[in-house]
Amino acid sequence: MIEAVPKDAPPLVAMHDITVTFPGVKALSGVDFRLFPGEVHALMGENGAGKSTLIKALTGVHHLTRGSITLDGKPIQFRSTAEAQAAGIATVYQEVNLCANLSIAENVMLGHEVHRGPFVHWRATQARAAEYLQRLHLAVDPRAQLGSLTIASQQLCAIARALVLDAKVLILDEPTSSLDQQEVAELFDVIREIRDSGVAILFVSHFLNQVYEISDRMTVLRNGQLVGERMTADLPRRELISMMLGRSGEALAAIEGEARTRTEEDRETPLFLSARDVGRRGSVQPFSLDIRRSEVLGLAGLLGSGRTEVARLLCGADRADSGEVDVDGQKVTLADPLTALKHKIVYSTEDRKRDGIVGDLSIRENIALALQARRGVLRPLSRTELDAIVEKFMVALDVHPNNPDMLIRNLSGGNQQKVLLARWLATDPTLLILDEPTRGIDIGTKAEIQRLVTQLADDGRCVVFISSELEEVMRVANRVAVMCDRAKIGELENGPSVGVDAVLEEIGRASEVKTDAA
Amino acid sequence: MPHDAQSQSREVVDRQNILVRATSHHMFWPIVALVVLLVLCQVMSPGFLAVTFTDGHFFGQLVDILRTAATPALLGLGMALVIATGGVDLSVGAVMAISLSLSLTFLRGSSSPDSVGTVAVAVLLGLVVALVIGAFNGFLVVGLKIQPFIATMILMVAGRGIAMLVTKAQITTVTSPPFKWLGSGFVLGIPTPVIIALVVFVALTVLTRWTAFGMLLESVGINAEASRLAGVPSRTLVWSTYIICGLLAGLAGIVYGAPTMAADANNIGLMKEMDAIMCVVLGGTRMSGGKFYLSGTLVGAVILTTIERAVIVFHLPSQTAPLFKAIVVIAVVVAQSSRFRDWAQERRLRRQAGSDSIPAEKVIV
Repeated sequence: MIEAVPKDAPPLVAMHDITVTFPGVKALSGVDFRLFPGEVHALMGENGAGKSTLIKALTGVHHLTRGSITLDGKPIQFRSTAEAQAAGIATVYQEVNLCANLSIAENVMLGHEVHRGPFVHWRATQARAAEYLQRLHLAVDPRAQLGSLTIASQQLCAIARALVLDAKVLILDEPTSSLDQQEVAELFDVIREIRDSGVAILFVSHFLNQVYEISDRMTVLRNGQLVGERMTADLPRRELISMMLGRSGEALAAIEGEARTRTEEDRETPLFLSARDVGRRGSVQPFSLDIRRSEVLGLAGLLGSGRTEVARLLCGADRADSGEVDVDGQKVTLADPLTALKHKIVYSTEDRKRDGIVGDLSIRENIALALQARRGVLRPLSRTELDAIVEKFMVALDVHPNNPDMLIRNLSGGNQQKVLLARWLATDPTLLILDEPTRGIDIGTKAEIQRLVTQLADDGRCVVFISSELEEVMRVANRVAVMCDRAKIGELENGPSVGVDAVLEEIGRASEVKTDAA
Repeated sequence: MPHDAQSQSREVVDRQNILVRATSHHMFWPIVALVVLLVLCQVMSPGFLAVTFTDGHFFGQLVDILRTAATPALLGLGMALVIATGGVDLSVGAVMAISLSLSLTFLRGSSSPDSVGTVAVAVLLGLVVALVIGAFNGFLVVGLKIQPFIATMILMVAGRGIAMLVTKAQITTVTSPPFKWLGSGFVLGIPTPVIIALVVFVALTVLTRWTAFGMLLESVGINAEASRLAGVPSRTLVWSTYIICGLLAGLAGIVYGAPTMAADANNIGLMKEMDAIMCVVLGGTRMSGGKFYLSGTLVGAVILTTIERAVIVFHLPSQTAPLFKAIVVIAVVVAQSSRFRDWAQERRLRRQAGSDSIPAEKVIV
């Protein structure tokens, strides 16, 4: 593994003393970074540490205030991503940056189509695309629309595109954030093959397990500065986390926390919401669910198992076509999000950027949005009322920077998530449905949000907590509803003896039963 | 660094900050364009800016410009709301023709076109029909989910036909002093159309900024799905913008046609939808929706009208006016674009870096 990279081999990419300044802000200061051929190099750091700025400095998006970059020993200074691509540096972003309505072949070969005279030779182009896809073990028809593929396959198409560009450096920015375990394993196989062919891979991910599984070397950033470069094998997890956070071991223990336990008497808390045979055709099979006050209900299951669909029915984002819902003992029809909001049910989406933030509005307006919507158009919040609410939640959730007039799109992912939580908390909800509230955000904020969830339950509210990370679900939830193949397959009382394995077993059993039946 | 030098450099920074804030304000470039235009006109034709007060009325080129600007201003104010939601209303020109045709046809058929009461009924008739048309547009966009461009193009094309049916393809003319007053009269010495436009502007400002209407509208325009999930009644909001836009187009038609009192269904309001969109864009509102600026739209309307007048002052054929409109629109839109601002900022930073680099204190990404 490490022997593959001799210590004296010259680095493929060497960035020296990189400083990037935005108006009034130093995003990176004096960072050194090396990338060797044939290695997977993980770039680690919390949100706002400067990871994406460093990547963008390398790919020509940001201009260097100071510092130099060499590629293959030659000094370079890209003025655009196109120049970086031409020099062999390809980037695959967190959100797939392809055209969903074009065919797979068109996406993969864009700009490198096979020509015959002035015309594109489509059949040859498709054949060439198929070759590249083959190398990634992706067996799909290159003529199909890209949008018809799963996110994981689209991700692979984006990598195929990098291969077409004959990239020497492949940058993977959070490539796994929307993949399930099986898909991650397949992606990693592909990454290893590409690495072994001599490509230098820069890998960014918030999942520590994955980073340890795939990377050979790590560079850790904090607050725009270099903390250190280490071989993965020589760096214990705990040390990595303390490098990233700059905190002591004691603080880390507090962050890791412990599973929520509860006593017999807690189970008698009053029922808030009760769903009976609620379902929606093509979305999720009818399910029944009781949600009690002071309780955190976890929804566990793989991606696409129906977790989000359940949440969307409970919050009125989608309309159920069967079943009944009682809220506080009264039968209600959750026709739209506003109705749910009036019954004190709120839903925080898993897709922050698309369904959560209103990018061009300020932090203040983003926090006010739901509360204002419930009050009605003609009853505006007064400035003093609003300022008090905004101030309260920005302090309580520790939103950075502490400037309510800043546009939300300029915040880091973790802080955007906090503002969205503030939006929902400002409406004083009884039931909060949090869908992947910790996706793509750093460990520190993650722990803060987990703590907030348990605290909300202690205040007598109910929380439905959805996460792909089972460990996280087991840590915060009192009870776990397990989903599989768009159906609820069981419920587990959480306790010291119940762990991640119990949930996995439940899912495994359900899928076996399904296979037997088929 | 000695203390004096430090405070001095801070002063420099402060002054630059004020400059940056002023130039990035959405009203800055439109107002610059307007002032430049007016100064050019004054140079070409001395006395252009003079305003006289005779017989209790204001007179002068400026007053005329404001009177003429009322029509695009009324259209633009409604259009700004529609554009804020990410839509567009192409039917406003046709709606002008319909409302004016209806009002004038009603007046001609009535026994007493001179009475204020009859005129009030005629105006009301035109406005109600315009409102209904706006509601229909809203229904197409919100109810049937047709793209706004296509949905409103239906009435842009068909609307003129409806107006022709109303007037039986004749140029309907009437004599009614109270109706004429709406276009060429005065209130407190100020032309009636200017007063009407200002009243509408104030009413819309109160509606959008004193209630939550404006913020929620912008929220829907920026991210419709996020707004829906936050409980924003986006359908009602979007629908209401088309109704307001239609109503104001009807009002614009009446104000525009009142001085001549002739309803030429073929030509009233022709291409006015483009003028309206131009006013909105000049005012700093982006076509993609989101933040909208009513005051900027008013300035946009005055700029467009000034260009039309300037072409005459410069002794150019009036058909060339659209060319100059285009040039001003391009100049203002480029100056407002974020790319231009980034470029200007970068240049400034580089110059700063040359003299004395200011230490950055906060580190944010």
